[in-house]
Amino acid sequence: MNINLTLFAQMITFGVFVWFCMKFVWPPIMHALEERKTRIADGLAAAERGKREQELAEKRAGELLHEAKGKAAEVIARAEKRAGEIVDEAKSDAKVEGDRLVVAAQAEIEQQVNRAKEQLRTQVATLAVAGAERVLKREIDVGAHNDVLDELVNQI
Amino acid sequence: MAGGTLTSGEYIKHHLTNWTYGQHPDGTWGFAHSAAEAKEMGFWAIHVDSMLWSIGIGLLFLYLFRKVAKTITSDTPNGWQNFVEWIFDFIDDNVRGSFSGGKNDVVAPLALTIFIWVFLMNLMDLVPVDLLPRLAQEAGAFFFGADPHHVYFKVVPTTDPNVTFGMALAVFVLMLYYSFKIKGVGGFLGELAFQPFGKAGLPANLILEGISLISKPVSLALRLFGNLYAGEMIFILIALLYSGGVAWGVLGGFLQLGWAIFHILIITLQAFIFMVLTIVYLDMAHQEH
Repeated sequence: MNINLTLFAQMITFGVFVWFCMKFVWPPIMHALEERKTRIADGLAAAERGKREQELAEKRAGELLHEAKGKAAEVIARAEKRAGEIVDEAKSDAKVEGDRLVVAAQAEIEQQVNRAKEQLRTQVATLAVAGAERVLKREIDVGAHNDVLDELVNQI
Repeated sequence: MAGGTLTSGEYIKHHLTNWTYGQHPDGTWGFAHSAAEAKEMGFWAIHVDSMLWSIGIGLLFLYLFRKVAKTITSDTPNGWQNFVEWIFDFIDDNVRGSFSGGKNDVVAPLALTIFIWVFLMNLMDLVPVDLLPRLAQEAGAFFFGADPHHVYFKVVPTTDPNVTFGMALAVFVLMLYYSFKIKGVGGFLGELAFQPFGKAGLPANLILEGISLISKPVSLALRLFGNLYAGEMIFILIALLYSGGVAWGVLGGFLQLGWAIFHILIITLQAFIFMVLTIVYLDMAHQEH
């Protein structure tokens, strides 16, 4: 329990230890911890930024989706309208074509009827003449009475 | 029990004597062979055991922390680095909390050194009191042919007042240095002379402030020394029980265990108090009144 030179030896030792700690121990550890602190702060900030950007992107995606839906609806409406138009057009075309076909058919029929009538008339005249020839044989001169016969034919 | 033929008083005294190297009264230098011889050496002597243990422990502390400081990364820490960072944060928090003197590169490393060094030196108190001294006696007798009764070996440096006063004085020097640096010579002396009673009460002021200034390092050193010295003393007294037969020995075993567990608290607390008071005193040296 004597106070002696140990006192000063301890002071010097203590000083050297503190100096060493101050030069070679404290600063590197402090530096690393500060660096980690910065990195964590940066990381958190980046995460925050990412989150905000995601929100923004989601909002934009929603807007785009909305817009696309609107456009799609418009396109569909237009297409439906156009389809209606096409159907109407086709209907009217078909009607016109049908009418035309009917008219043509009627004309054909009339023509056939006329032709048949003509043939019938000719044959009837011929038959009439032939019959008359048989009945009247000699009394009737074909040449002399031809105009009478023609008139008869025309009357049929 | 060391020696076997010692009386209790001699045993205790033997345990409380340092291994001393110094100048004998006749002018020659050498180791003291008894407590009386160590006392006669006066100032020109050095406690070899205190120096060896304190320097060894200090180097261990610096080695362990330097190892981390060299390889430290700001990535995920692991193992020992984790532990060091935990201590480091603890010290840093304390310094930030107690020290408001602006930027100072000395206080924090100083606090770290004090806390760990003092804690490790105190920790030597938990080594059974007879183990290392006995080993030293055997080694001294075996290697150097020394009389075992003349081999003294104290393993807890903080039970040596030289150690605690050495640290407290170093802190005191820093206190004076910062007081003069921050407040200027006039400012600091003015603080001593003109407070708290103003100019009229100058002598009273000087006495009051002087005592309060001196009491800081003295209390710092004596608190640590007193606690550890008392703790060591109780361990020695408990160790004396072992020579009193089986019943006393069993009782001593339980007492030693209990005291050691309680002492874990004390050694940590004393290291912490020494550190915090150092920070506070240096903070006061930075405050202008």
